[in-house]
Amino acid sequence: MSDIKATMTGGMTPAEVTARYMAREHHPEQGTLLGFWLYLMSDCLLFASLFAAYAVLGRNYAGGPTGAELFELPLIALNTGFLLVSSITFGMAMISAQAKNVGKTKLWLVVTGLLGVAFLSLEIYEFQHLIHLGAGPQRSGFLTAFFSLVGTHGLHVLFGIVWLVTLFVQLSKHGMTPENFRRLACLSLFWHFLDLVWIFVFTFVYLMGVLP
Amino acid sequence: MQDTFDLTKFIFGRLGWDAIPFHEPILLATFAGVIVGGIALVGILTYFRLWGSLWKDWITSIDHKKIGIMYMILGLVMLLRGFADALMMRTQQALAFGDNAGFLPPHHYDQVFTAHGVIMIFFVAMPFVTGLMNYVVPLQIGARDVAFPFLNNFSFWMTTMGAVLIMASLFVGEFARTGWLAYPPLSGILASPGVGVDYYIWSLQIAGVGTLLSGVNLIVTIIKMRAPGMGLMKMPVFVWTSLCTNILIVVTFPILTAVLAMLGMDRLFDTAFFTNDRGGNAMMYVNLIWIWGHPEVYILILPAFGIFSEVVSTFCGKRLFGYTSMVYATCVIMVLSYLVWLHHFFTMGSGASVNAFFGITTMIISIPTGAKLFNWLFTMYRGQIRFELPMMWTISFMLTFTIGGMTGVMLAIPAADFVLHNSLFLIAHFHNVIIGGVVFGIFAGLNYWFPKAFGYKLDKFWGTVSFWLWSIGFWVAFTPPYILGFMGYTRRVSHFDDMSVQWLFQISFLGTLMIAGGIGALLMQLYVSFRDRNTARLRDFTGDPWDGRTLEWSTSSPPPDYNFAFTPVVHDNDTFADMKKNGYQRPLADFVAIHMPKNTWAGFVISALACAVGFAIIWHMWALVIGAFIVLLGTIIAHTFNYKRDFYIPAEEVLKTETARTRMLESHV
Amino acid sequence: MSDHHNEHDHGHHGHDSYQIHYSGKDYAIGFALSLILTAIPFWLVMGNVLAPETTRWVILGFAAVQLVVQMIYFLHLNSKAEGGWNMMALILTLVLLVIVMSGSIWVMHHMNTNMMPGMGAENTSDMT
Repeated sequence: MSDIKATMTGGMTPAEVTARYMAREHHPEQGTLLGFWLYLMSDCLLFASLFAAYAVLGRNYAGGPTGAELFELPLIALNTGFLLVSSITFGMAMISAQAKNVGKTKLWLVVTGLLGVAFLSLEIYEFQHLIHLGAGPQRSGFLTAFFSLVGTHGLHVLFGIVWLVTLFVQLSKHGMTPENFRRLACLSLFWHFLDLVWIFVFTFVYLMGVLP
Repeated sequence: MQDTFDLTKFIFGRLGWDAIPFHEPILLATFAGVIVGGIALVGILTYFRLWGSLWKDWITSIDHKKIGIMYMILGLVMLLRGFADALMMRTQQALAFGDNAGFLPPHHYDQVFTAHGVIMIFFVAMPFVTGLMNYVVPLQIGARDVAFPFLNNFSFWMTTMGAVLIMASLFVGEFARTGWLAYPPLSGILASPGVGVDYYIWSLQIAGVGTLLSGVNLIVTIIKMRAPGMGLMKMPVFVWTSLCTNILIVVTFPILTAVLAMLGMDRLFDTAFFTNDRGGNAMMYVNLIWIWGHPEVYILILPAFGIFSEVVSTFCGKRLFGYTSMVYATCVIMVLSYLVWLHHFFTMGSGASVNAFFGITTMIISIPTGAKLFNWLFTMYRGQIRFELPMMWTISFMLTFTIGGMTGVMLAIPAADFVLHNSLFLIAHFHNVIIGGVVFGIFAGLNYWFPKAFGYKLDKFWGTVSFWLWSIGFWVAFTPPYILGFMGYTRRVSHFDDMSVQWLFQISFLGTLMIAGGIGALLMQLYVSFRDRNTARLRDFTGDPWDGRTLEWSTSSPPPDYNFAFTPVVHDNDTFADMKKNGYQRPLADFVAIHMPKNTWAGFVISALACAVGFAIIWHMWALVIGAFIVLLGTIIAHTFNYKRDFYIPAEEVLKTETARTRMLESHV
Repeated sequence: MSDHHNEHDHGHHGHDSYQIHYSGKDYAIGFALSLILTAIPFWLVMGNVLAPETTRWVILGFAAVQLVVQMIYFLHLNSKAEGGWNMMALILTLVLLVIVMSGSIWVMHHMNTNMMPGMGAENTSDMT
């Protein structure tokens, strides 16, 4: 029959049918923050593997020194403090960024970076001291697992600081563009995530490590 | 002072002229072939002045379609290398009985089976499924590209650089002799002091980064970039399986990264993760690597299941039966795959309670797979089945994979596994499911989507030849190992004493020759199709050669750079079938400018630098390690200073492209 | 980490109606709670307050609570961010994390227990 059109979608004209199936303007949603969050989830499982290795090897002293003999908890408490405060100072940076105050953002970033450097310096001091005592990563399964878990966390902090410096320069160059704000948001997630992992490092490794 | 700083060692590490295997005739012949082939390729590129186009249109491309095609090419090239390894092994095993030592001494044979496994899993199967997902998923969801196009390009080149490293091990140094999972202590520094295991580690670490980022990319693409109206339960099943696959990738690959890093640290820094002394525990490696390893095989098979769902519904002219149960089955498989890993090492001594738990979970995971099979069968029931090549591969899959799956259930019984672990029965089982499932799925997908990518179908005659040679050749090659495995024969053995079973190995060799024929037929199919691409038999002008049901078939073949002039709006499952049923016609006017990402050199360069760092670490060339790493870091940082990564395709150009398509459609009705 | 494309920014975020709001109050509360939740475990261990076995579980509990605190107050995690996908991704990750950790500990403990004497397992806490 000539009325083929009538059998389609309730008597719509061809133009109407076409219009039903297309969007004139379509902006896909921003995926950066979700993507970064997913990357953090994968990083979580990377740390999980290292924690699992520590769980298995953590008491393999091989006749060598134990956590109780080696760990200086006051030092670790101080380091934990550095990292926790740096999480706050980064939070301050995000509040300033949200208010589009580039100067203040950069200031808080500097403070955060310095705290991160303090954290790393203390950690390097600790590592170097342990190695000097003959308790390096080669000494036993326990120490291998210790150095790689804590060391991997430290490497992440180092990369975070490098990223922080890069963003500082980019903020100076381009100001608080939407792209830069997005990058800050990602670094914020990263930085807080490192503090989160540290909770389990100091609990599982240091605190439990000194318990008999 | 005894300790003088050795500059030569700092620069060259343990790399020396003795790294090149001048005394291995097979390798020298291969090397000669590679040189000749390489010169020929360079010659062709120069003669046809293709270098500019190669760089501009392919190497730096962030277009998911181009990247998908490049993944397929990578997979095909590495298939030839991996199969050459297989052929060598089968030949050796058919010959080496009694006094005949064969032609592959053990230290060479061991590298062959290691390389075969690593290449087939990481550089054939993974690139093929990643390539298909990359090409098809954005088109099926009505998107213009993936969520992170630059990252996509980077992921591809990281995978390729991993392949480059493993190929380099052929000619410079040696490869690992440990089997594809490189268990310590054999893979530790004491038992494998050479470069082989280091090639293994760094090749996989580099490729692993690429895979992980690709996983993040596709998840965000599927979640964020679906066309309006395409709720989760309106997505094509291939998109669902891709989503689950990529979720598995993101949660699984970090574990591989961590374990390989631990092994690397043991080798490089003398740590005690997996050593026999100082409180190391080699069993922990096996445990952790299989926590990665089992989800990995589901990463390989789930996309294949998705392909079969698409193919079955298209070539039976029916909506897929049981869409909801398909989705649930896929998600259940995804989660359960994380609860079965110990079945790979029942015999390592974890005891009855642990073994029983994992034996039961392994059996349970076969149930959702069975549900999928029934759904495909019910789709076929009362459908108008068209026996095009994709459908043929699917039917062969159903028969082959199912039997392989059943032998898997046999192995899931710990008591049975104590007999069959690491036997030829196991070898037959996993080849059964990987070839029957993954490889046949890839061939189905290849034949199905090739016309979309290139505008012409693949030749049916040669495709059919390939199909029969593979389908029959597989069984001829792998039935003997099932039998031999029951008899107690172990894997990875290069010489036998009992002449009475030689005939079984010879039959297996015959089957391998048939598969070789199948691969040859595939190459012929590609050549003949290219040669005859403009004939009526193969050319497709419509963009929809199979009367497809999903959105990718609504575009031209090949699709324009921007995929869709206007983002489609979705109202039902099998969107394109719905559109066709309702008399949808393409818009012909009022186009708008389209926002597109720019090409980039950064992915290729950063990956190449990563490859250099990997090579330098392998050979202990510390100067190069430090130097290349600094340049690598610098390049990454420099790249982040590039804020201008996009451009607009003007509306006039869109109009031109769409009008050209209209003209083509009208002149070839 | 290498960076991402897709500059679809016109000042808004497409269909994303939910935005993270950074507030000083959240950080202050999070900081105070985290401080307390850190100080107590340190005190418990350094002061030998409880029996070791009990201490182990208590400080693990504190760590879990602090995890939740920091997720809420620092990471602004809630079920609405990114259409609920953040939360789902986190839940899946945590489930798998538990499987990896507990699975590995369970399996390796059994493996070590079944080792022949003198083969190294006696260096671990699995053998006394």
